[in-house]
Amino acid sequence: MTAAAEKEPLSGHKKLERNVSLLGLLAFAAVTVGGIVEIAPLFWIDNTIEKVQGMRPYTPLEQAGRDIYIREGCYLCHSQMIRPFRDEVERYGHYSLAAESMYDHPFQWGSKRTGPDLARVGGRYSDEWHAQHLTDPRSVVPESVMPMYAFLKNKDLSKSDTEGSMSGELKTLKMVGVPYTPDQIAKADDDLKAQAGMGDATELAKRWPKAQPRDFDGDPARLTEMDALIAYLQVLGTMVDVNSAAAQEDLAKETGR
Amino acid sequence: MELVLGRAGIWLVLLLLSILAIAGAADTGFAIQMGIVALACVVGLGFTLTRANYAVGVLGANRTADQSRYDDDPIRWGIIATVFWGMAGFLAGLLIALQLAFPALNLGLEWTTFGRLRPLHTSAVIFAFGGNALIATSFYVVQRTCRARLAFPGLARFVFWGYQLFIVLAATGYLLGITQGKEYAEPEWYVDLWLTVVWVSYLAVFVGTLVKRAEPHIYVANWFYLSFIMTVAMLHLVNNANVPVSFLGSRSYPVWAGVQGALVQWWYGHNAVGFFLTAGFLAMMYYFVPKQAERPIFSYRLSIIHFWALIFLYIWAGPHHLHYTALPDWAQTLGMVFSVMLWMPSWGGMINGLMTLNGAWDKVRTDPIMRLFVMSLAFYGMSTFEGPMMSIKSVNSLSHYTDWTIGHVHSGALGWNGMITFACIYYLTPRLWSRSRMYSLRMINWHFWLATVGIVFYAASMWVAGIMQGLMWREYGADGYLVNSFAETVAAMFPMFVLRAFGGLLYLSGAVIMTINVWKTIAGSPLREETELRGALYDAAKDHPLVSGQLIPAAVPAE
Repeated sequence: MTAAAEKEPLSGHKKLERNVSLLGLLAFAAVTVGGIVEIAPLFWIDNTIEKVQGMRPYTPLEQAGRDIYIREGCYLCHSQMIRPFRDEVERYGHYSLAAESMYDHPFQWGSKRTGPDLARVGGRYSDEWHAQHLTDPRSVVPESVMPMYAFLKNKDLSKSDTEGSMSGELKTLKMVGVPYTPDQIAKADDDLKAQAGMGDATELAKRWPKAQPRDFDGDPARLTEMDALIAYLQVLGTMVDVNSAAAQEDLAKETGR
Repeated sequence: MELVLGRAGIWLVLLLLSILAIAGAADTGFAIQMGIVALACVVGLGFTLTRANYAVGVLGANRTADQSRYDDDPIRWGIIATVFWGMAGFLAGLLIALQLAFPALNLGLEWTTFGRLRPLHTSAVIFAFGGNALIATSFYVVQRTCRARLAFPGLARFVFWGYQLFIVLAATGYLLGITQGKEYAEPEWYVDLWLTVVWVSYLAVFVGTLVKRAEPHIYVANWFYLSFIMTVAMLHLVNNANVPVSFLGSRSYPVWAGVQGALVQWWYGHNAVGFFLTAGFLAMMYYFVPKQAERPIFSYRLSIIHFWALIFLYIWAGPHHLHYTALPDWAQTLGMVFSVMLWMPSWGGMINGLMTLNGAWDKVRTDPIMRLFVMSLAFYGMSTFEGPMMSIKSVNSLSHYTDWTIGHVHSGALGWNGMITFACIYYLTPRLWSRSRMYSLRMINWHFWLATVGIVFYAASMWVAGIMQGLMWREYGADGYLVNSFAETVAAMFPMFVLRAFGGLLYLSGAVIMTINVWKTIAGSPLREETELRGALYDAAKDHPLVSGQLIPAAVPAE
């Protein structure tokens, strides 16, 4: 028998077992490949995010509501991602587009539907329904197992929780890539109040197309966390008119997604 | 003495900084968290001063450790911490399971809602219970297999206590509503930074010990521990790339958004399973199963092949969490293909563990610790078959968003991670506290059965719940309309949610028995008097044919 034939298979591995650096280096190389190949292209392949009409960053009030949505862990029971199935589209509306969450830091697609999908909940229910439902879910949906969020109604939306202003938050969001204008950032606190029906709505409309200004929680005298959360829920899925002829034509041409 | 002064100085500076942070905090949550840090500094300061004075100042004794023994203090603490956090995590799990069946248990308070307690449960179980088990066993295994004491003993102690501070900060943060809003990566930016410091120290202690090993070869368990520590560091850093709104506030925004953010998160999330809950726990398997079976590992070559295949393939599987979403199709398909391939190296690990019992299978009958190991490997095999199956797109279209996923996770976490951790605790406790064996083997047996039956209730009810949910959502009537409103599907879950909570209760009861057993063993109580666990006995005197004329003993009358 030749020496080569006597050599046990995989005996070369003994070299790795005697050298920490080599073992560590190769193991690290092995675990980096997959991530690089899968994730990196998402940043430069053009059709990853569709070009659609109507997307804008969240208004200060909507963003404040989104912060509450995250704080309360709503994503643990509600998804914001409608899959392209007949039943889901009939139940929740047009399937979700990547573009619709392009300004979401962090994304809130969710992984579990203990409650229904919320990707297009905006405009489906009245503000009163939302306020009542959040205060006592079982008073409007007897089968619901959702916790009661009555405390939101009693908490002022004091942005003391974030450096005393929404400007700081919008500035940070701009740093991570949300295209807020300097004007939007500077006037964030005025616009926050204005959208809750406590300020100049014409100014608001100038800076934030299609922002809905009104009192959301049924208590016009106070700006509460309930106002912000409902404002956020009411804008979900309403920015892109997915059913317009132009949008449908674009989507029909989509390939490779 | 200079060392004591230096350390006390560091504690004081940290204390001062945390007090300044409380004063300048942008939000109350951050102030409370810094208060916890300040408290930790006070405890550290007090400990440094009192301990040092007695040892060096008063007694004049130099507290250098006995170099002829392994450095086991952090491991002893780790075992106690594992039991403690396990209990906390299981209890939180039972509570939130009951909340889903009986929403009144949310108590109407903001701190006790499901949305805030659920991350508490997942983090307590994965990072606190699992993480402490991993750190403790890795320190134990790396010393034994290298025949060397821990490198950097001070740093090893810092790793233990620093990790506990991370857990406390994360957990209290969740209750206060401080979260990043990404599953299994909920802790905010400053807690993430702290964990990074602790984790790099952990890597240093582990690699340092490997470097000073007295054995020429690095044992296979250490390959798994090493890849687990390195990969978790990479995942943690990339997924938690955040910009804080204020350096004195709790809120931050992630750099990644939308579709890219989703894939980064599930690349992280799936590999938290792949490396934290799989590679690290396989390392435990590779040391403790052969030890308990008193057999060498089944196949050296299989361990090489499945190690490299496992760590290479796992990283690709993340996109299967995003099937049929707005993630590009090519990424979904790639994720699915790799997830299915992953089945093979996963079973390679299970086979290597189970076949190690060749020639020692009788121990399953007589040794309840071996029973736990075998059952944990069986659950590992089961969930690593179920996972690839659920990652197939057509299966996933039904299972995604339902409780089937929850059932799958728990058969892995309760079955594989939980059972193997219990077995390791039972293996280590008598050895670390110099007892001949655990206080009671019968109690281990009880724990085994309560846990097993608990998992069966849990997994079976979640399979039924998940598949029922998925089918109800997509059910069409003869008229061409959807049959069920969403609320009706929620109502249909109720009996399954109750059964699931019952399974959790059984599992928790088993853990309570373990806590008593570990407590009694550490306290040095005399071993519990009990009948030995054993198989059918052999009585040679009765093993003979009847010969004619031989006297047959009179039958004993029935009592």
